[in-house]
Amino acid sequence: METEFTPFASLLGGALIGLSAVVLLAAHGRIAGISGIVSRILPPSVDKAGLPQGIIFLIGLLLAAPLWFLLTAAAPVQVVSRNGLLLVIAGLLVGFGSVMGNGCTSGHGVCGISRGSARSIAATMIFMATAFVTVFVLRHVVGG
Amino acid sequence: MHTFSTLFAGLLFGSGLILSGMANPAKVQNFLDLFGTWDPSLAFVMGGAIMITMPGFWLVQKRSAPLFHGVFHLPTRTDFDARLVFGAATFGVGWGLGGFCPGPALTSLPLAASGTLFFVPAMLVGMVIAKYTAVPSPKSLEV
Repeated sequence: METEFTPFASLLGGALIGLSAVVLLAAHGRIAGISGIVSRILPPSVDKAGLPQGIIFLIGLLLAAPLWFLLTAAAPVQVVSRNGLLLVIAGLLVGFGSVMGNGCTSGHGVCGISRGSARSIAATMIFMATAFVTVFVLRHVVGG
Repeated sequence: MHTFSTLFAGLLFGSGLILSGMANPAKVQNFLDLFGTWDPSLAFVMGGAIMITMPGFWLVQKRSAPLFHGVFHLPTRTDFDARLVFGAATFGVGWGLGGFCPGPALTSLPLAASGTLFFVPAMLVGMVIAKYTAVPSPKSLEV
């Protein structure tokens, strides 16, 4: 399915994400890596000191869509696959991979690259590469 | 201010994901579909974010400490290990399959699309499994 090219909204949305990361670092000295924030509050080793702020950040994240709905009177546009099995597999891989690799799109892709971290630049190139190959196989080899 | 700044950061992050189109898995997968219905928007999301974080982080780190906390928690590792490579590769496959990474998936939770309701619990389970396989390491290593 085609989606509309939205350079301005995407640039502005990206800037908001960047601003959020700067606020978090300036206020609490933390990197805005979502997989890190989530995994730190999960067992087996819960980071008790960071727990309250982690939960508050996630509450803010969860409030974004309802607030968007209140302000624009329209739900955010999204198309999510209805294939439950595919999404369970995708979720397991994303959760497992982001924690094992110490970061995801936000922690490595945005914050890490901005800090000039060689680990993050390598991680971003690797996950971009496997994601491109996965979508190619999904759409052009097995499906259509 | 302490709590408000965290809540504000979360809200800003989620709003940015929605406005940019990253909370729409179809748009993410189209960015990754170079040989099909390619939509380059996501490159602008990353560009817009880094345009702010690069100078922003530099400015913030001129301070000796954050506003509401004693120290900066910044990753210090510079080595490459198998976990980084294997983890990132696995993450990319999942990201391509579902079009969701952790931030957009959580932001999409209140919209309650059936796919999101499958993805998010599975993601949390995947994170817990990965934590069990991890060797004990300093907190600052987590990004």
